Amino acid sequence: MAGGLEPLEPVKDQASLTKGGKAPSVAADRTNRTAALLFLAPAAVLLIVFLVYPTIYTIALAFNRGRQGQFTEWVGFDNFVTLFTKDPNFIDLSHFPPSGAIWNNILWLVFYTGFVLILGLVVATLASRVRYESIIKAIVFLPMAIAATALAVIWKFVYAPDANTGLLNAILGVANVGPVSWLGDPGFVNAALIGAGIWGSVGFATVILSAALKGIPTEILESARTEGATERQIFFRIILPMVSLPMSVLAVTLIVNVIKLFDLIYVLTNGGPGTSSRVIAFTFYQDGFRSGQFGKAAAVAIVMLIVLIPVMIFNIRRFRQASVT
Amino acid sequence: MTQPSALAGPAIQERPTTLSGRIVKAINRTPIHIALGLIALIWLAPTIGLLVTSFRPRSDIQATGWWETLSTLRFTTENYSAVLNAQGLLGSFVNNIIISIPSTLLPLTIASMAAYAFSWVKFPFRDSLFLLVVALLMIPTQVAFIPVLNLFKPLGWTQGYIAIWLVHTAFALPFGIFLLRNFFITLPRDLIEAARIDGAGDIGIFRTIVVPLSVPAIAAYGIFQFLWVWNDLLMALVFVQKNTNFPMTLAIQNLLSQYGTEWHLLAAGAFLLMIVPLLVFFSLQRYFVQGLLAGSVK
Repeated sequence: MAGGLEPLEPVKDQASLTKGGKAPSVAADRTNRTAALLFLAPAAVLLIVFLVYPTIYTIALAFNRGRQGQFTEWVGFDNFVTLFTKDPNFIDLSHFPPSGAIWNNILWLVFYTGFVLILGLVVATLASRVRYESIIKAIVFLPMAIAATALAVIWKFVYAPDANTGLLNAILGVANVGPVSWLGDPGFVNAALIGAGIWGSVGFATVILSAALKGIPTEILESARTEGATERQIFFRIILPMVSLPMSVLAVTLIVNVIKLFDLIYVLTNGGPGTSSRVIAFTFYQDGFRSGQFGKAAAVAIVMLIVLIPVMIFNIRRFRQASVT
Repeated sequence: MTQPSALAGPAIQERPTTLSGRIVKAINRTPIHIALGLIALIWLAPTIGLLVTSFRPRSDIQATGWWETLSTLRFTTENYSAVLNAQGLLGSFVNNIIISIPSTLLPLTIASMAAYAFSWVKFPFRDSLFLLVVALLMIPTQVAFIPVLNLFKPLGWTQGYIAIWLVHTAFALPFGIFLLRNFFITLPRDLIEAARIDGAGDIGIFRTIVVPLSVPAIAAYGIFQFLWVWNDLLMALVFVQKNTNFPMTLAIQNLLSQYGTEWHLLAAGAFLLMIVPLLVFFSLQRYFVQGLLAGSVK
């Protein structure tokens, strides 16, 4: 350690003096294939066995009947055709509004992502004006720490149909409304689930956006105020444009959450009542591990993968830009 | 995270000096305080309700809502002993520990090693391979489930812990390598060059320079991964197939499907599941928030 704090140049000279003709490479990241192999081997083996090979296998399986998860009979695009045209639990366009897992995921995409972003910005902005900001942020962030399973139990309790148990029905009871079976009524179940999901994620958005808000130079805001800008104008003309980049990164993260969403649905409603709250990741589990239709489940997984490819490209681009600067 | 001085956010106006000025300002601020109070209530009430319920006697829970606890004020720890012993959550708690510790330490070690190679050892196609790792980051784990289960089945690994250890380790690697590599490349180049000149090998540099200097990043990643595994349901559902090995998430899900309205059991069970993450949250908040923010790309 101590040696490392010395100025670089003299050390370099000394090294070339003592080692003479050997001319040691001074590049910190000199080429060393043995070392590279040694350090990369464990990760490479695990990634190839548990990610790369399985991805190729699953892509192939999506075009197979896939009984028992093995290659039994090639069926071309049958699994995809079945999913999109013959499986009302996946997508049913025969009525309006449509229904099925894809539609539910779209509802999640719009309302969960939208509300988490808006509420995150609102909480971050409001909290920045008071002294107990860090307490508010901690309270709102707390649900991020707990398991989706625990979050599901918390909300199953809030949504309990009995007004003597469920907080929400008790509150509505004061206004002589309900009780409503939030999780038992196909008309309410998705809204109820999305509400629980929003509650779980607003803290994440708040913390990220609060950091972004603090990055806005105070001089800009002050000069805007002295020029006579209203708070409204300041919010829409200065604050919003300046947090648009963290907002878009956040939106992408939330979209990924939606596509991978499983635990909350599995514990809260098990996709029900009936099949009315299924999402893509739930359909994968249901078709593969409950119904044994592994070819179809593989097709669902590939749909998930395809939906995530734009996100992958977005992230690689962002990463490349970050590494340039 | 946020420095105390940063608490004065961008919206704070100049502090009024006169008394009337202060009063006007306080009145102007009242809607903000009300709104924030309401937000705090919405975010606390559901959790507190369940916490209170977990200590109420079963008969009380069935008779009145938790918000009426103040009128009865009877508390018991019976629900916890019932769920720990009769419902076997004690065993599941132990399973959580058995599953989480190797599933955190293994990816931590393996990802640090790979990240070191990606940042400080030169080898052909280094940058392309790293971009491949970034691409793997986005693969939904579901894509791997069927073939990996096919691999494990003949070996009987899903009957033990080894399957869940391996999948948690492997699926954590892309993110771990990504995060740690991005931290490792920020270490001072001079330090590593000097060590090489002093004759240190890669193993020595990794162990004595890179790892000790990267403790904050490694800790943030470790906490993130530990909580990820602790809170996981999906992977356990697929890769832990022996009842006595079930972690708490699976045990509580079973409890819910068997006794959907026995809230005295469910509330206590949910809190047993939450206690470790909450302790981590309160004791290591800084690392925890950093880990989660960094983990947002996962």
